[in-house]
Amino acid sequence: MLAFLARRVSAAVGTLFLSSVLVFLAVQALPGDVAGQILGKDATPDAVAALRGRLGLDRPAWERYADWMGGALHGDFGTSLVSQRPVGGEVAAHLANSALIAGVTVLFAVTGSIVLGVIAGLYRDRWPDHLISTVSLVGMSVPEFVVATVLVLCFSIALPWFPAVVLYGPDASVGQLLPAVWLPALALAVVMAAYIVRMARTSVIDVMAGEYVTTARLKGLSSWRVVTRHALPSALLPTLHVIALNVAWLVGGVAVVENVFNYPGIGKLMLSSVQNRDLPVIQAVALVSAVVYTVCNLAADLGAMALNPKLRTRGRTR
Amino acid sequence: MTTLDTPAPAVPVTPAARAVRAWHTLRSSRTAVIGLAVVAVHVLIALLAPLLTSYDPVANDAGQALLGPGRHHWAGTDQYGRDVLTRVLYGGRYALGVSAAATVLTIALGTVIGCTAALRGGWFDDLLGRVLDAVLSVPSILALLVVVTALGTGPAVIVLAVAVVYVPQVVRVIRGAALAVVPADYVTAARARGEGTWSILRREVLPNIVDVVCVEFAMRASWVVLLISSLSFLGFGAAPPTPDWGLMVAENRTAITVVPMASLAPIIALATLVVGLNLAADGLSKAWGVDRIRKGSR
Repeated sequence: MLAFLARRVSAAVGTLFLSSVLVFLAVQALPGDVAGQILGKDATPDAVAALRGRLGLDRPAWERYADWMGGALHGDFGTSLVSQRPVGGEVAAHLANSALIAGVTVLFAVTGSIVLGVIAGLYRDRWPDHLISTVSLVGMSVPEFVVATVLVLCFSIALPWFPAVVLYGPDASVGQLLPAVWLPALALAVVMAAYIVRMARTSVIDVMAGEYVTTARLKGLSSWRVVTRHALPSALLPTLHVIALNVAWLVGGVAVVENVFNYPGIGKLMLSSVQNRDLPVIQAVALVSAVVYTVCNLAADLGAMALNPKLRTRGRTR
Repeated sequence: MTTLDTPAPAVPVTPAARAVRAWHTLRSSRTAVIGLAVVAVHVLIALLAPLLTSYDPVANDAGQALLGPGRHHWAGTDQYGRDVLTRVLYGGRYALGVSAAATVLTIALGTVIGCTAALRGGWFDDLLGRVLDAVLSVPSILALLVVVTALGTGPAVIVLAVAVVYVPQVVRVIRGAALAVVPADYVTAARARGEGTWSILRREVLPNIVDVVCVEFAMRASWVVLLISSLSFLGFGAAPPTPDWGLMVAENRTAITVVPMASLAPIIALATLVVGLNLAADGLSKAWGVDRIRKGSR
């Protein structure tokens, strides 16, 4: 089992290394020289060359990659070309704001969707199932910006309960951001829940058809006990994986929703850095996203292993 | 957008018989029929848009700006006085055209790479798996934005960018399906006959995973439509004044308090198209027994 763990973790580290190379190469391929970008259109070739030398742009790519990676490992992602502030601090501030949204989203999505999914699975092919399945299909079929726009229409305009846009910068306090968190989180939760509901429903149906559930029923257990004690634990296992993957998806999902609400999170930073060609920021955001994704995946695999004895033993014998 | 084209079969069944059988299975699923019908209606509307409306989708008319729904403009007008319904009808052209091209490219590349990985195995498979994991770990919208910033926002670039983002996921699914076929005796026999990878892929593997490929196509198409409309919404996709649903929501959102219908109409169009695609994917996978519920990542 330890060997299995070690292999999984080393594979994750390998993936991260590869994705950091990919990110670096992709960003290097962006048109427009950084030095030319900083100095503007009227710069003389000499000035550009001098700045290139100072920024180290005249060195080979692998050397610059090693430099960047070495700095990144120490939390130093360079300086933003736009705000002239350290990228690390900027990304951290935005990431913390996004974590607030992500936390609320996961809370909404996971509790709501598991309850709905289990209900749909238990009432298979009856009206609650049809209703929940239809709603989740629609939830899957609308992009986040649409859900967000509809929510603004309902809860900021028709019923002015929540702000439609955030007027604070990335350094706003939690108290300032809190009223603005609910609508973006709800928008993301709707889209995210749609997938989890479907997964939870399928696994509940699978489990309820299993022999041990029949046995538990025949023992005369109440159906509440059969569901909570026997069916749910196994039904939630495959759902857990989908949840972890969806948390990883959140990193991309927030990009759109945060821009709808002008929320100062990582998604907004992502978009503005691409618009401004702020290369160090793009690199940092991409790398941080890759880390989040990889860690979530790893957590899902390890969690599945911890909960599923079969996977555990297979890990040991291999 | 039907997905009934079956390649030459490995077993001696005529293509026509195969198509007929596929059609019968398909008809047995009400969900699939409804879904495909919805998509077909969208395609028809996009093709026939000039016949359905007398307005010009891009011509401005400042005197008619921001009207609510009425007799002349059923869905109202936007801030430039353009008829919203007309723009919604035309809007399908960009979304459907780019999405169809992107999906076809993605599925084609993903199928070939996935099957090759399953057939070859060994270091090629290992290396590919690692690279795909790395690509998957970067959020698709960011990868898309970087590609679009590097190469511009033309439709061709967007098709390419979507392929870059989604091919890894398709490869995973197809590779999994192909792995189930590779150990079969007929593949071993073909190998023993000395056939090349390409001809085994085309004649032995592909005909046996056609159902998986078709379901993947329908499902991927729905995600591609969502992704492309999100890209347009963010201002990196269709360039104004192109009528496009994602772009329309972004443009008309500012006036959402004045003319809510101008934002709702493209939303409804977009949602119905994707619901149709999702229903088709659901129905097809159930009718053919392909497990559709899987990793919910985008």
